[in-house]
Amino acid sequence: MAKIIVVTSGKGGVGKTTTSAAFGTGLALRGYKTVVIDFDVGLRNLDLVMGCERRVVYDFVNVVNEESNLTQSLIKDKRVSNLYILPASQTRDKDALTKEGVERVLNELSKEFDYIICDSPAGIEKGAQLALYFADEAIIVTNPEVSSVRDSDRILGILASKSRRSENGQEHVKEHLLLTRYSPMRAERGDMLNIQDVTDILAIPLIGVIPESKAVLQASNAGVPVILDKLSEAGQAYSDVVGRFLGEERPHRFINAQKKGILSRIFKTKEEETV
Amino acid sequence: MSIFDYFRPHRRNSASLAKERLQIIVSHERATRNGPDFLPKLQEELVGVIAKYVDIDEEQVKVALEQRDEFSVLELNITLPDCEQARKRQVENAVA
Ligand SMILES: Nc1ncnc2c1ncn2[C@@H]1O[C@H](COP(=O)(O)OP(=O)(O)O)[C@@H](O)[C@H]1O
Ligand SMILES: [Mg+2]
Repeated sequence: MAKIIVVTSGKGGVGKTTTSAAFGTGLALRGYKTVVIDFDVGLRNLDLVMGCERRVVYDFVNVVNEESNLTQSLIKDKRVSNLYILPASQTRDKDALTKEGVERVLNELSKEFDYIICDSPAGIEKGAQLALYFADEAIIVTNPEVSSVRDSDRILGILASKSRRSENGQEHVKEHLLLTRYSPMRAERGDMLNIQDVTDILAIPLIGVIPESKAVLQASNAGVPVILDKLSEAGQAYSDVVGRFLGEERPHRFINAQKKGILSRIFKTKEEETV
Repeated sequence: MSIFDYFRPHRRNSASLAKERLQIIVSHERATRNGPDFLPKLQEELVGVIAKYVDIDEEQVKVALEQRDEFSVLELNITLPDCEQARKRQVENAVA
């Protein structure tokens, strides 16, 4: 039986797809058979971030509508064994996915995989609700910014009342807070909410902090999940997240601003990676 | 803190303002989201009834439903306007 994990946020552009790609790749690197599903019907992007856009033949909607089978539709990653991608449909209308259809596909995948990662679309409506409905665990991707935190809280409300687990009166969906695009320097200056501020408000366990990093854009430009960029801070932070998820003790890194000498403070350094 | 900070006008830390505002809105939204679907409508109608007798607006009526183990408590919180002001307004209305 696979564990189903939704990557969700309410707000768009906070790093869900980046996280789904990195986290799924990280689990596969650890030897778990993992599939990442793009639930963003009409706005397919996971394929680009994972660098398999030219290999898409059939998509998630095709499988749900039984126009293709899973073997035809799953894309096997070329770099990492055990890693598969199920791309979203690009052309169909947003309501192309049905609850029953999604359930059937997830059940089928469950027999073969260890982890199923659901990359949610933005919003709190039908698409996002479907992506989280079957989840056992949820990664709540949040930026240190008011509208993102508020939307995360609304998603937590939906997880608690509109997920399969809540409807069946089962144990709650396990929630993990992932703070992304974090800038330690701005937080220390008081220009940005800090880690404590966000955890105080959302009151769920923190699974990691991903710094704002140029490496993320570079990775998506190249179609390589940033976790494979082992030298980058963001890549290392995502590895830590995977480790923590698997129960390892990992201290949070890249959460304090680097102390700078007086000269580099006056002449802003060029190489500074986190901003 | 850099030497240049001394020349900047002192201002309120914007992150703490953000946190404060978030805490208020989030706790407000949590209180309403767990309620049954009729709650907003109930609130609206209650405001209508009360407004017939007292001069209030929507902001001054709060309806909250609190779940306990065995039962729920419907809490109705109405902030009545200052009596003095209310009376004055009544007098004005009477005169008008
Ligand atoms: N830690 C980060 N540092 C810098 N840029 C990031 C980071 N995480 C995400 N981004 C950028 O933010 C944008 C939105 O990310 P994406 O993962 O597509 O968000 P979502 O799926 O939530 O809409 C992308 O351009 C991505 O490169
Ligand atoms: Mg996305």
